[in-house]
Amino acid sequence: MAAGRAVHWLPGARWFVRALSIFGCIALWQLASSLHLNLGVVTFRNVPPPNEVVQSAIVLLKSPKLMAHVGSSLWRVFAGYGAAVVFGIAFGFAIGRSRAASDLLLPPLELLRPIPAVAWIPLSILIFPSSEMSMIFITFLGALFPIILNTVHGVANVDRRLIASARSLGGTPAAILREIVLPGAAPSIVTGLAIGMGTSWFCLVTAEMISGQFGIGYYTWEAYTLQNYADIIVGMLVIGLLGMGSSWLLTTLGRYLMPWQRPVVTR
Amino acid sequence: MNIRVSDISTNAVGRIGIERISISLGAGLDALEAVRDLDLEVSPGEFVCVLGPSGCGKSTLLGALAGHLPVMDGRLTVDGQLVGGPSPDRGIVFQQHTLFPWKRVRDNVAFGPKMRGVGRAERYRAADEILRLVGLAGFEQFYPSQLSGGMQQRVEIARVLINRPRVLLMDEPFGALDAQTRSMMQEVLLDVWTRIPTTTVFVTHDIEEALFLADRVIVMSARPGRVIDDIRLPFVRPRQSELVTESEFVRLKRQILDLLRHPDNPPPLARLSPLGVN
Repeated sequence: MAAGRAVHWLPGARWFVRALSIFGCIALWQLASSLHLNLGVVTFRNVPPPNEVVQSAIVLLKSPKLMAHVGSSLWRVFAGYGAAVVFGIAFGFAIGRSRAASDLLLPPLELLRPIPAVAWIPLSILIFPSSEMSMIFITFLGALFPIILNTVHGVANVDRRLIASARSLGGTPAAILREIVLPGAAPSIVTGLAIGMGTSWFCLVTAEMISGQFGIGYYTWEAYTLQNYADIIVGMLVIGLLGMGSSWLLTTLGRYLMPWQRPVVTR
Repeated sequence: MNIRVSDISTNAVGRIGIERISISLGAGLDALEAVRDLDLEVSPGEFVCVLGPSGCGKSTLLGALAGHLPVMDGRLTVDGQLVGGPSPDRGIVFQQHTLFPWKRVRDNVAFGPKMRGVGRAERYRAADEILRLVGLAGFEQFYPSQLSGGMQQRVEIARVLINRPRVLLMDEPFGALDAQTRSMMQEVLLDVWTRIPTTTVFVTHDIEEALFLADRVIVMSARPGRVIDDIRLPFVRPRQSELVTESEFVRLKRQILDLLRHPDNPPPLARLSPLGVN
């Protein structure tokens, strides 16, 4: 064995420890809720144990309710986040590339940026006649600012030597935008998309809890008001899974669109 | 107006005319005069090395020739045409490569033809041919980050020469390479230059490099840069690495060294770039 102090675990052993850690947490939870543990500051009196949560999850999986809730949440994220991607990248490019566009667009955006999207919920309910539109709007707002700011950052920081080189090789302004600025800003744009995806889900769940009639955030809040406590945790887990799935989708898309970021050595 | 009948008849292109040019960098109080009243003429096909202390404006001159920096005063022409902006006619290679990280080697080299509207098959064929010329056959599918520094500069040279420029401008292209790679790259460059004869202006502060490569060495003074010596080299081509130990080579090296150490030359200034003040 080498002189180093590091212990060389078998890869299988490391995975075993990781699984054990998760299993241990669930076991502690089971113990705390079945004993109705009361620690003073926090109490497990009303917390359902994992086995009840699993049962509720199976019931939800079998009922058509799941698809209705998840479907309407996904649609809202698709619409709101999708609009934020289009507007965010377009505004970001304009602001990052043109001084006039920056002077025109940036001041109002900078004024609105410190207001958390969730604070817009009451006003958006007043602005939009349908609660559906107001929820989509909140989702849109949540994603918009991270996408704009990261796009501006990416576009403004493209290596000017690369742009000079492209001009020396005969690149027209349009070609330079397409072939140099866009790929040069891509890593930063994808970062903005990932951050925006997170805030988008956060805002959607909040909006659904306040004004929804369907949606996974609404389902979670409804479970609380109807005292189906196990369903609260099922709702939380579904939200977590949806968030995980969409960020995986973005990472995969980013890797596919930017193969140069992780070059595969073909030697 | 500078085109001569003899140039047209022999099809010689790449005459550079530099007439009393001055170049200032920056604006307002920060403005500094990098080059003042510089006069120089480069004949078609000539390989000229520009030597000078750090910050003497030699890179600035190159940036102006490439069209990235405006000339304040005087005339800058290539084959009689005023230099107005960047053009594939005047290819430039920087010290740090500027290959597009998201394009494979073949697509980087084919960028110029693509901008001219050359079809994919045709431009890839041209790119592969010139990559073979710089010794990079087999690396067409690599990304720039997968190559060594020397290989990156070979791609850079191929990407510029595929446009068959009138002039090739090089700003200390091998300055960031280790000594062994640098001397290999010098031989690669001379080899390519023989096959694709192009007027070349090569900026360096390595005296041996200048003497090994050039037909003619221009020595510049400290900022604002002026020409203080113009030496025509007697060495025959093709040149071998043994050249650096010949007595005439050593004598010229000492002569230039003395020139650059002249007491009139103040200590080195901040490095300038062909794209202006950084």
